[in-house]
Amino acid sequence: MATGNLTLGQEQGTLSARQRIVNDFSIIVATVNGSGSQSSNSVLLKSIFGMGVPVSGKNLFPSNIAGLPTWYTIRASKDGYVARKRDSEVLVSLNPETAREDVLALPAGGVAIYEEKLNLKQYRDDVVFYPVPIDKITAEVCPTAKLRKLVRNMVYVGAVAQILRIELGVVEGGLRKQFASKQKVFDSNFGAVKAGFDYAQQNLPKQDPFFIERSNQTTGQIVIDGNAACAMGAVFGGVTVVAWYPITPSTSLVEATIDLLKKLRMTPDGKATYAVVQAEDELAAIGMVLGAGWAGARSMTSTSGPGISLMAEFSGLGYYAELPGVIFDVERSGPSTGMPTRTQQADLLSTAFLSHGDTKHPILLPGNVKECFEMAGAAFDLAERLQTPVFVFTDLDLGMNNWMSEPFEYPAKPQDRGKVLTAEDLDRLGGFARYRDVDGDGIGWRTLPGTDHPKAAYFTRGSGHNDAAGYTEKPGEYQAIMDRLARKFDYARKLVPAPVTVRDGRSKIGFLAFGTTDFALRESLDQIEKEYGKKVDYMRIRAFPFTHAIHDFVASHERVYVVEQNRDGQMASLLKLDLPADQVAKLRSILFYNGLPIDARTITEEFAAKEGL
Amino acid sequence: MATATANATPGPKVNQIGLPILEYRGGKSTLCAGCGHNAISERIIDAMFEMGVQPERVVKMSGIGCSSKSPAYFMSRSHSFNSVHGRMPSVTTGAVLANHTLTALGVSGDGDTASIGIGQFVHLMRRNLPMIYIIEDNGVYGLTKGQFSATADIGSVLKHGVINDLPPIDTCALAIQLGATFVGRSFSGDKKQLLAMLKAAIAHKGTVMLDVLSPCVTFNDHEGSTKSYKFLQEHDDPINEVGFIDDFEEIDVDYGSGQIFDVPMHDGSTLRLRKLHEDYDPSDKANAVRTLMEAHENNEILTGVFYIESQKPTFIDQLNIVDEPLATLPQSLTRPPQHALDSLMASLQ
Repeated sequence: MATGNLTLGQEQGTLSARQRIVNDFSIIVATVNGSGSQSSNSVLLKSIFGMGVPVSGKNLFPSNIAGLPTWYTIRASKDGYVARKRDSEVLVSLNPETAREDVLALPAGGVAIYEEKLNLKQYRDDVVFYPVPIDKITAEVCPTAKLRKLVRNMVYVGAVAQILRIELGVVEGGLRKQFASKQKVFDSNFGAVKAGFDYAQQNLPKQDPFFIERSNQTTGQIVIDGNAACAMGAVFGGVTVVAWYPITPSTSLVEATIDLLKKLRMTPDGKATYAVVQAEDELAAIGMVLGAGWAGARSMTSTSGPGISLMAEFSGLGYYAELPGVIFDVERSGPSTGMPTRTQQADLLSTAFLSHGDTKHPILLPGNVKECFEMAGAAFDLAERLQTPVFVFTDLDLGMNNWMSEPFEYPAKPQDRGKVLTAEDLDRLGGFARYRDVDGDGIGWRTLPGTDHPKAAYFTRGSGHNDAAGYTEKPGEYQAIMDRLARKFDYARKLVPAPVTVRDGRSKIGFLAFGTTDFALRESLDQIEKEYGKKVDYMRIRAFPFTHAIHDFVASHERVYVVEQNRDGQMASLLKLDLPADQVAKLRSILFYNGLPIDARTITEEFAAKEGL
Repeated sequence: MATATANATPGPKVNQIGLPILEYRGGKSTLCAGCGHNAISERIIDAMFEMGVQPERVVKMSGIGCSSKSPAYFMSRSHSFNSVHGRMPSVTTGAVLANHTLTALGVSGDGDTASIGIGQFVHLMRRNLPMIYIIEDNGVYGLTKGQFSATADIGSVLKHGVINDLPPIDTCALAIQLGATFVGRSFSGDKKQLLAMLKAAIAHKGTVMLDVLSPCVTFNDHEGSTKSYKFLQEHDDPINEVGFIDDFEEIDVDYGSGQIFDVPMHDGSTLRLRKLHEDYDPSDKANAVRTLMEAHENNEILTGVFYIESQKPTFIDQLNIVDEPLATLPQSLTRPPQHALDSLMASLQ
């Protein structure tokens, strides 16, 4: 089914008027971009979280500063599903421009909470209507006209809380935390929440079946977006040089990094243990990262598709001259400018081989915010160990939306600074050859500029070189380096994060997926089991190059569906290049690429169609 | 430190850190015989030797082109990075941020700087990153066999007769306008001037931008070229006489007052500029740019130190970085403690 005309009956089971639907529905808030609804939606999400109910939020916003329509969906799920759901049962309508379309998209039996003036009752009669005079209430509680825009959104938060039976004390607690040091701001915001709550209590008797009931499923959990999680991972991973160029949706990753560095990485005498440069473009950003990595710093940049394209030439230098550096790619919909505020997993193939010549790069693929934290830190270890640029891929959905998670654990291992020779080592060895494989893992030893030894220096170049870092055009010397680089990349299979076997019940059919597709696929596995009686296996890929466990997973299944959010089946293509020839024909693709995050129903339907169920 | 014993024959002359000039040499040049770039490499060797710079404290950076190959031909005891075309500024920025205790010497060409690299060049100048940026400027692309670059003068003629009709980019005027704090032009054939400017460059704290005219003997040294040895020798018009006085040398007082512009350098040395053009003040930014523009109109080639400002904070000062190199900070300084993560987690619950 392509679009959302499902009735509640289909998704929720038969619905009688009195049947309660508890902690298992979606809210969609329709507003105008730039109206400040981001913070009120966040309060609503955290209130449901505060009620102990698993929740997720997604901001569907335009590439625009102010004025265009924006939607925010909040999904409460007692089963812990956090993927996008195709349909939302509860609409909060504040945007006159989309009001008609929004209310018509509700399933029968749904709920519309709206600014009274929009008069949504004119469009249909099979949903529950709760008109709220939001502007009037706002004017009453907020005498200062210029503050009204900010508190207006809190009025609907109060009304929604009352209608869905979210406890006012929980909303209050969340607000108090958000405005901890600003009593006045708290007062005006909570005043608006209370006014909306009271209005609904006095004027809008409950007619709908949707309830948020207190649970204990979020105890000890945190809520954070993926960009902030990556930033935290980088800061605890010991990043010292950050060079970047602003680009949606990765900007907030570096901004969060800067905030954390200012807080956590100053010496007692007020000096910075880091440097951040806003570069002139992505070419300069990656150049700075590699220059810093060469000189021994833990360096990073963060970008999205167009920036990745600009980094192509330097990425090849990083591969060939063997320079560490960490590049975050928060993917958005391409090609070209594409849809900058929509999500996709479509930079995989171009980045795996980014640059001209025989080039390939390790890519880490976190599937949730906790892994964002862990892999961001691990990427620095890996880059220095492998002496090569390491990419960390998330996407707009993971990076810019709020997710629940177990709290992050403090890094257990000390930093791995890789193979670096000191002046004392050089005294003992009497010299070294920069690109010689002395340990059999394909990785040479390096020295850092400034090492106080007359034999420390070597010449770094992107031109042909031999194992002593000398210029060469000799066929044998050139090829020996290329072969060693291939061995190094093969060795990287042992160092990158291993895949996660989510389900291996010895089914004949398996799923492979990565990143944010995981959220929808886990839900789809349950749907497939419930609706078709089939238990299907699933392995989540967490890195390129592929570990041998992925080969084994394909080998032990008859058919393997690779689910991903791009048009061309990029992960499937990458797998086909890596798998033995007799395994390739087992792969099939389930693809989703319209810019929205993938949902479970799409996977289930595609799977059923392909399997002839 | 090399010390002579009673029986030994006197060793080679050593500098103040005890190194003979041999320790500042590089590999054999593969550039054309007579290339101006080789003379510049020689002057770099002389300057580093005379200033007593520890070679291990220097990083040699370059982009792509004939000029960018030259770091292989001097100072083999220094780390070197021959990067990608036009991108040496960013790589150097990263390296200096990682270890700001090093002396960064960047060598670029007119194509590498004024065409493909102009974007990174202008932003480097804005930041006043502590480094020496040398353009080995011959007005043509050598490795691709003689196309005009963006510093070629209007009317300059290529070997096969093509005439340049686009205006040149004056990299010195640009650098002064954008914020570089030591800007000058020299000529590879003027040993004395170039050596003095390089020594002052080593002593300067901030971005030094030196455009060194350096004839290409193969593609741009013929009649009709404005970057040939002959043309440059005939048209070189020094705006000041550049002298460099080490902190341990006596400052002589040969010149009359009003003729001398002494600049105290960061390391205690002095840059002495004797005015050759009446009333030229190298601390006046607007006048420096105007003088360069007027020289273009009059078909003059000015050399010397055009602009110097020795007190401006560098990029490193502005970033407030710790004194130790960021590259080698211990984990105790780069990984916040457990309780920092605990309180972040608590704030997200």
